[in-house]
Amino acid sequence: MAQVILYNVTNGLIIGTFYVLMALGLSLILNLSNVINFAHGNFLALGGYLAFTLAPALGYWGALLVSPLLTALIGIAIERLMIRRIYGRDPVYSLLFTFGLAFVMQDAARYIWGPNGLPLGLPDLLSQPITPDLFFITWYRVFMMTIVILTVIGLFTFLRRSRVGLRIRAGTLDLETVAILGVNVRHLRTFNFGLGCLLAGLSGVLAAGQIGLNPNMGDDLLMPSFIAIIVGGVGSLIGTLFGGLLIGMAAALTTVFYPAASEAVIYAILMAVLLLRPRGLLGEEGMFS
Amino acid sequence: MSAFFAAARERLPKGQDFKGRDLIVLVVIWALLVSVPFWLPFLGGYTALASKVLVFGLAAMGLNILLGFTGVLSFGHAAYFGLGAYGAGLTLRYLVHSTPLAMLAGTLFGGLAGTLFGLLIVRRRGVYFAMCTIAFGQLWYYLAYSWNDFTGGFDGLRDFHREPIGIGRFTFDITQGEIRFYFFLLAIFAAAVAVMGLLLRSPFGRTLVAIRENERRARFLGIPVERHIWLSFSISCFIAALAGTLYALLNNFADPLTLHYSLSGYFVVMTVTGGMRTFWGPLVGAALFVLLQDYISSMTVNWMFFIGVMFILVVLFFPRGLLGMRRAAARNASAPK
Repeated sequence: MAQVILYNVTNGLIIGTFYVLMALGLSLILNLSNVINFAHGNFLALGGYLAFTLAPALGYWGALLVSPLLTALIGIAIERLMIRRIYGRDPVYSLLFTFGLAFVMQDAARYIWGPNGLPLGLPDLLSQPITPDLFFITWYRVFMMTIVILTVIGLFTFLRRSRVGLRIRAGTLDLETVAILGVNVRHLRTFNFGLGCLLAGLSGVLAAGQIGLNPNMGDDLLMPSFIAIIVGGVGSLIGTLFGGLLIGMAAALTTVFYPAASEAVIYAILMAVLLLRPRGLLGEEGMFS
Repeated sequence: MSAFFAAARERLPKGQDFKGRDLIVLVVIWALLVSVPFWLPFLGGYTALASKVLVFGLAAMGLNILLGFTGVLSFGHAAYFGLGAYGAGLTLRYLVHSTPLAMLAGTLFGGLAGTLFGLLIVRRRGVYFAMCTIAFGQLWYYLAYSWNDFTGGFDGLRDFHREPIGIGRFTFDITQGEIRFYFFLLAIFAAAVAVMGLLLRSPFGRTLVAIRENERRARFLGIPVERHIWLSFSISCFIAALAGTLYALLNNFADPLTLHYSLSGYFVVMTVTGGMRTFWGPLVGAALFVLLQDYISSMTVNWMFFIGVMFILVVLFFPRGLLGMRRAAARNASAPK
């Protein structure tokens, strides 16, 4: 029993970290650009597929480094060419745009890489279990967790310590004032969109090593990420972090006792938060309301 | 308050309320709707396609009460559409073999679910409101998907079919004949559209437009904005649920994909393509969308790609929608130079 619980707790942590990476990227874009990126799951898949294509040339480690950057570049190109035109218009347009983009990217991935699942090969070092007793904890899982933790720490340090990070945080609160103070908001938003896509691309490479690649691999992560943002509180990145971990763990622990409800418990948390604390666990009063 | 309504009415130039141009549109639309089963087959279509346009058009017009006339974005209306479909299907399968009762049950089921949920989110605005509606909508998708024994799970709810409707001694058999069922749908559609039209022309409907145009000003004038948005959300959910029951009757099948947020997106794109500030726009958008999807998916398996490109093109180049462009052109022509 202890092993079953431990197994599901590690699963929960891993799923939770994916929710966190997805949700942080979504949240960054939502906060600064007021755009819900429906295509975020497809940027995740894109990151994974790029790693698959690059791995023969660059090796796993090279692909891990390059493919999130490439994903970010593609995101930046899409933002500059198209999404930029719909800022400031009714939010229905940005939603429809990213919704259509998700369709296009998913079908494009299916066309280019085929509809069937593909594996992403891992270095031998990573695919070993840590000990024979805990066979389900491979080095890869430890590695994934480490990367995610480092990324999250890096992201928060960047947002707190750097000038650009400061501007992003300020823009979340009051973009107009930031623009008046002489910051080039257009560049800031483009950079920020790229940052969000970078996180998606990174989670794509990491997820591909665990569950393999398929064109709609990001779809299952999208809805929990939305919920993580609402539960944590729109406008608060720390809230998103906690929201993602919370629903990941809750889903995993429910799996131990009553597997059928593992998805439902996420929605139960959502409803409870909307009922009892509509602004979200760490959301600011008055934001988006 | 009444002064405000008077002011809202006065802001429209006299006669713009209902013009000859609108009358022509009305006549053309109804003439097309009534005659479509007779000429569509000659163009390579089939009657069920026209029925689908009616059902989706009704749902999109319901959504438009909220989206176009109140200015509030819901991206989760498939949930209420799907709940209507499941409500009707489950009633027919487990409770009674009666089409009117199934429609009533489905409409109430979806509409009340939306009404209750509306209470929770009515204070949210913009993308946050939209996100809550998406997430809540997916709840029902997962429920239908995983509650296998009761809802049929991923395969959808089968083993039910629409029943003949008996009124007194007469029975109206809608089980056979596509054209006959189309006219049954058209009758329901007409009734629902009449209700929506009257509602939007009433002081209540004008108030919704006032909220859309300037929420803060409406609030200062003492309008209970939250209550109006909630009512608007609720009404649009009831209409969507009604359309959902019709969809279940049309196919004799309730599909979990009718609950999925993709369908919500389709409803929104129908509304925007047709013109979200116009009354008939969503119907035109639904016709365009259904025909395009039918045509493209018969040509290629990559139909999602083309539908996605259509979304992007509409957003970037035709944000007013087809009827919206017509209206803008008319306004420019009549504007004083």
